[in-house]
Amino acid sequence: MDDILLSISQLSVAVEDKEILHGVDMVIRKGETHALFGPNGSGKSTLLMAIMGFPRYQVIKGNIAFKGKDITNLPLDERARLGIGMSFQRPPVVRGVKTLDIVAACLKGQGNQESIDKLAEEANMADFLGREINYGFSGGEIKRSELMQLLAQKPELSLLDEPESGVDLINIALIGELINELLEKNHLIRDRKHAGLIITHTGHILDYVNARTGYVMIEGRIIGEGDPHEILATIKEKGYKKCIECAK
Amino acid sequence: MHRMREIKSPKTYKDKAKAASAKAAALGEDVDVSAYVSSAEEQPYQDDPSKLPTKTKEDMLKVGIILDNTNQRSGTYIQMDNTPVHSSSGQEGIEVMAISQALEKHDWLADYWWRAVAVDTDKYTANVELSQHSGYFIRALPGYRTIYPVQSCLYLTKARLAQNVHNIIIAEEDSELHIITGCAAASSEEAGLHLGVSEFYLKRGAKVTFTMIHSWNPEVAVRPRTGIIVEEDAVFLSNYVIMKPVHSLQTNPVARCIGDNAVVRFSSILVAPPESNMDLGSRVFLNAKGAKTEIITRAITTGGNIIARGYIEGDAPNVKGHLECRGLILKEGGVIHAIPELKGNLAGVDLSHEAAVGKIAEEEIEYLMARGLTRTEATATIVRGFLRVDIEGLPPMLNTELQRAVEASEKDIM
Ligand SMILES: Nc1ncnc2c1ncn2[C@@H]1O[C@H](COP(=O)(O)OP(=O)(O)OP(=O)(O)O)[C@@H](O)[C@H]1O
Ligand SMILES: [Mg+2]
Repeated sequence: MDDILLSISQLSVAVEDKEILHGVDMVIRKGETHALFGPNGSGKSTLLMAIMGFPRYQVIKGNIAFKGKDITNLPLDERARLGIGMSFQRPPVVRGVKTLDIVAACLKGQGNQESIDKLAEEANMADFLGREINYGFSGGEIKRSELMQLLAQKPELSLLDEPESGVDLINIALIGELINELLEKNHLIRDRKHAGLIITHTGHILDYVNARTGYVMIEGRIIGEGDPHEILATIKEKGYKKCIECAK
Repeated sequence: MHRMREIKSPKTYKDKAKAASAKAAALGEDVDVSAYVSSAEEQPYQDDPSKLPTKTKEDMLKVGIILDNTNQRSGTYIQMDNTPVHSSSGQEGIEVMAISQALEKHDWLADYWWRAVAVDTDKYTANVELSQHSGYFIRALPGYRTIYPVQSCLYLTKARLAQNVHNIIIAEEDSELHIITGCAAASSEEAGLHLGVSEFYLKRGAKVTFTMIHSWNPEVAVRPRTGIIVEEDAVFLSNYVIMKPVHSLQTNPVARCIGDNAVVRFSSILVAPPESNMDLGSRVFLNAKGAKTEIITRAITTGGNIIARGYIEGDAPNVKGHLECRGLILKEGGVIHAIPELKGNLAGVDLSHEAAVGKIAEEEIEYLMARGLTRTEATATIVRGFLRVDIEGLPPMLNTELQRAVEASEKDIM
C-alpha cells in the first residue's frame, strides 16, 4: 500500500556484537501514531536508534523501508533528511553549541529569528535559546527542547523515546500539545501525513495523544500488538508477560 | 613629525640586561637572536593612517585594526618594523604615543620601566632593553573611560628582522581603557622574530580590556613578555586569539593582584595548524584579599603542537581562582598538552581547574546528524561553538569584532 510510511521486517539488531533485537516486524502508515511498551532493557530505545540509523546499532538481519525505499544501509543524516526525526531519551550535552544554533539547523535555513522565537515560545523554551544545548537542563526541559527541535525539523516520522518521563503534571499537557502538533492531530485524519512511534512506560502521554496501535516488547521481541489502552490496562493489572494474551 | 629617539634607560637596567643577554628562557625552543637583523629602514610617518598601502591596511584589518575610518577608535598606534609610523589619540584623557615620545613627555615614566616584567627574565627581555626599538604608550587619565577601543598594531615587514618592542599601558584610578592590538607579518613566508615586552599598570578601580589578535606565518618566532600589576578593585581582562600558523610562539604572561578585590581574566583561543608550535600560559598571583581570577583556554590542533599552561597561586584570604582548558584534536598528528597548576598557601583560598583534551565526541556529532546535518556540517557547528567564548565585560562592539576575526579563520580549520 502506498500510504505505508515505515515498514520493518524481521529486523535483528546488535550493539557491540551483542544481539539485542530479534526479528522485529512493524508497519506504520501515514497519519498513524503507535505506542511501544516494554520493561527496562527490553530493546525499545534500540529499535528507535536502529530506525534512525545510528552506526552503533548494526542491522544483522531483516530490513527497514521508509516511504517505499530500503533505508537499511542509509547513513543517519540521510535518513534525517529523508524525513525521520527522533527525540532522545538522554541527549548529549554539546558544549558551546547553543539551543538556538540547533533549532536553526533543524529549520535548514528556512527559519528566521521570528519563527524560532515563536517555536521557543510554544515549547516554553524562550529562555533557553541562548544556552548551551542540554547543559544543565532539567529532565522536563530536555523533553521540551527535544520536541522544539523536532517541531523545527518537521519529520514525517517522529520517533519519541519516553517524551513524558520525568515531566510534571502541568508540563505533560504541554508535551501532549507539542506532540499533537508534530503529528498533525489538528488535521483531519485523511489529511495527516505525519506519523509517530512513542515509547512510554506510564502511558500518561496517551491521555493527550491518541495512539492507534500498541506493541509490547520483551527481550528484543514484539510479543503482542493491539489497542494501546487495553495493553496498558493489562500491563498494569497483570504485568508485561500476560500481554501475549491481549495481542489480537 | 616624530623621529625615533634613543631611549634613555638607567644604566642599571643595561647592566642587568647585558648579564642576561645569553640567558635561555625557562620555556620554549631557544631562538638564536643573533641570526636576525636588528635594524630596519625607517618608515615615513603617516599623519593619516588611511593613506597606508592597501595591502598593509588589509593585513591590519584582519587583526582588528581599522584605518579607513577611525571614528570607532579612541586612538591609534601603528608600528612598522621598528618605526612608529602613526600615533594619535581620538579622545580627551587618553594618551596614545610612541614609548620614546612618552619617556620624553613624562619623566616619571622611568618608574614604570621594567617594574611588571624583569629586565633579566631571559635573553629576550635583555635583548629588548639592549637594542630596543620603540613600542607604544597608552594611558587613561584618572576617571576617563574610552568609549571606543584604542587600537595598536605591530607590523613586521622586513625579512629576518628582530622586532623589539617595549609597551607600557597605564590605567589611572577609576579609568576604563579598552585596547585592541593586532600583530601581523606582511609576508606569508619570510622569517622574523617578534620580541614584545608589555607592562600593564592598573590603578585602583581601573578597568582594562586587552584584546590581542596575532597573525604570523610558519617562519616567524614570537616571544612576548607580559606583566600586569592590578591594584585594589581593578579589573583586567585579556583576550588572545591566534588561529594562523606560527613557527614558534612562547609566552607566559604574569598578572599580580596586589590590591583587594582585584580581578584578572585571561581568555585564549589557540588554533595550531601543522608545523605550528604554540606554548601559551597565563599566571595569576592572588596576593590580596578577595582577588579573583579565571583563566580560560580553548585550543584546537589541526596538526600543530600546543602547550596550554595555567598557573594560579593564592596567598590571601578569600581569593578565588579557576582554570579551564579545553582542547580539541581535529586531525591526527596534532598534540595538545594541558598543564594546569594551582598553589594555595592559606586555608580559605578557593582554587580549581578543569581540563579536557580529546576529539569531538562521536555522540555529539551524531546528535546533530540526527537533525539532518551532514557530518561535516555537524563538526563545523561544534567547532564554531567551541571557539565561541562570549567574553563578559568586553564592549559588545569588540565582542562582535573578535567573533568576526575568529569566524574568518574558521574555514581554514575545517
Ligand atoms: N553497548 C552495549 N553493550 C551491551 N549491551 C548493550 C549496549 N547498549 C545497550 N545494551 C543493552 O541492550 C538492552 C536494550 O537496551 P535499550 O536501551 O534498548 O532498552 P529500553 O527498552 O529502551 O530500556 P529502558 O526502558 O530502560 O529505556 C539493554 O539490556 C542494554 O543494557
Ligand atoms: Mg530506553
